[in-house]
Amino acid sequence: MKGIVGYRRPFPGTQPDYNYPPYASTQKRCPTQALVLPPQTLSEITGPVFGHGDVKPGDSDLTRQHKGDPIGERIVVSGRVLDENGRAVPNTLVELWQANSSGRYPHPTDQHNAPLDPNFSGAGRTVTDAEGRYRFITIRPGEYPWRNHYNAWRPAHIHFSLFGQAFLTRMVTQMYFPGDPLLPYDPMFTCIANEAARNRLVSVFDWETTIPEQALGYRFDIVLRGREQTPMEKMP
Amino acid sequence: MSLFASGNQTVGPYLHIGLDWLTTRDIAGKRIKGERVAIAGRLLDGNGNGVNDGLIEVWQANAAGKYAHPEDPQKKPIEKGWRGFGRVPTDARGGFRFTTIKPGRVPGPGESLQAPHLVVAVFMRGMLKHLATRIYFPDEAAANAEDPILKLVPAARRGTLIPKKEGKTLEWDIVLQGKNETVFFDY
Repeated sequence: MKGIVGYRRPFPGTQPDYNYPPYASTQKRCPTQALVLPPQTLSEITGPVFGHGDVKPGDSDLTRQHKGDPIGERIVVSGRVLDENGRAVPNTLVELWQANSSGRYPHPTDQHNAPLDPNFSGAGRTVTDAEGRYRFITIRPGEYPWRNHYNAWRPAHIHFSLFGQAFLTRMVTQMYFPGDPLLPYDPMFTCIANEAARNRLVSVFDWETTIPEQALGYRFDIVLRGREQTPMEKMP
Repeated sequence: MSLFASGNQTVGPYLHIGLDWLTTRDIAGKRIKGERVAIAGRLLDGNGNGVNDGLIEVWQANAAGKYAHPEDPQKKPIEKGWRGFGRVPTDARGGFRFTTIKPGRVPGPGESLQAPHLVVAVFMRGMLKHLATRIYFPDEAAANAEDPILKLVPAARRGTLIPKKEGKTLEWDIVLQGKNETVFFDY
């Protein structure tokens, strides 16, 4: 098939390697043989299409999923999903999950000695609007220890999962909070070599989305892979 | 305007909290046309242990070889209700199983035609960016032999992308490291 407009290869240093020794679990889970670089075909420039019918309006408010209010600091997390050409990615599914305010996940393998919150499940989802915007209301997640190295703590973070418009734009990432002192020690954060790319994962405090007397706003813009060539725009 | 894409990050051990709502182990349902196939296997780490905190996602064309996507220009039929997406979390042993229909052939580069295949994304704790691979079909020897993507894979490793038929099930393991390491793609 001709006329396939492919997606750009990553800019060096902006994506993690599969083998990153400071994150110990990568050692037995990274491929050891060279990856095969095939051409992008119709199978990869397409991908599952989700829409507003796949989510319910309440899915994006994690503070209203149970009878009571969850414990912790309410926050608004919002932003835009763009591609590498700066274009909005509209109508795309955004999934999110996170720990509660004490740094605990309601998951059987999370044995951290911190309380569960019966009013907080920590999962949400939404679909971006025509301008690529999304918005969640949630609770600021707590930091928590893990066993990667001595006295290892994860910085506060929120997991994001996005599809974009193709199999090739699929992305799972994490959002961090500005000024978190744990960031320089966190191998998930440091696995991205390029400093600007690393800092792209840190949200910014956002006065405009802060709700008076209710919730602080954090803005987190996400950039998905973009097309190699963009259709020529008509010159005036 | 030119930006670079945000960095990928691992799904971590608690991926199921956020992702299980969209679990789809029966990709085609009952009303979609096509030959039914069941695909099952295990996701295995470098020690040969099952990865119990993993997830695979599947993307495929329908039996006519058409994707449910606006950029598929082919004039081929597509059924209402066909999405072509599967999401399958691994179990305590690292096992997964899903059912679907065998997809038709879709165009490849130039004038080529691809053999029937599923594209697969693999997610887990300990993996900083998901891996991409493919599943081909063991009863499509002629089509597989001319598949433009399989041709790029060293011959000795092609078998890692073709399940083995065991009774009514196609058995296919995802092996992250070692002798039978699965072929992964970097697009």
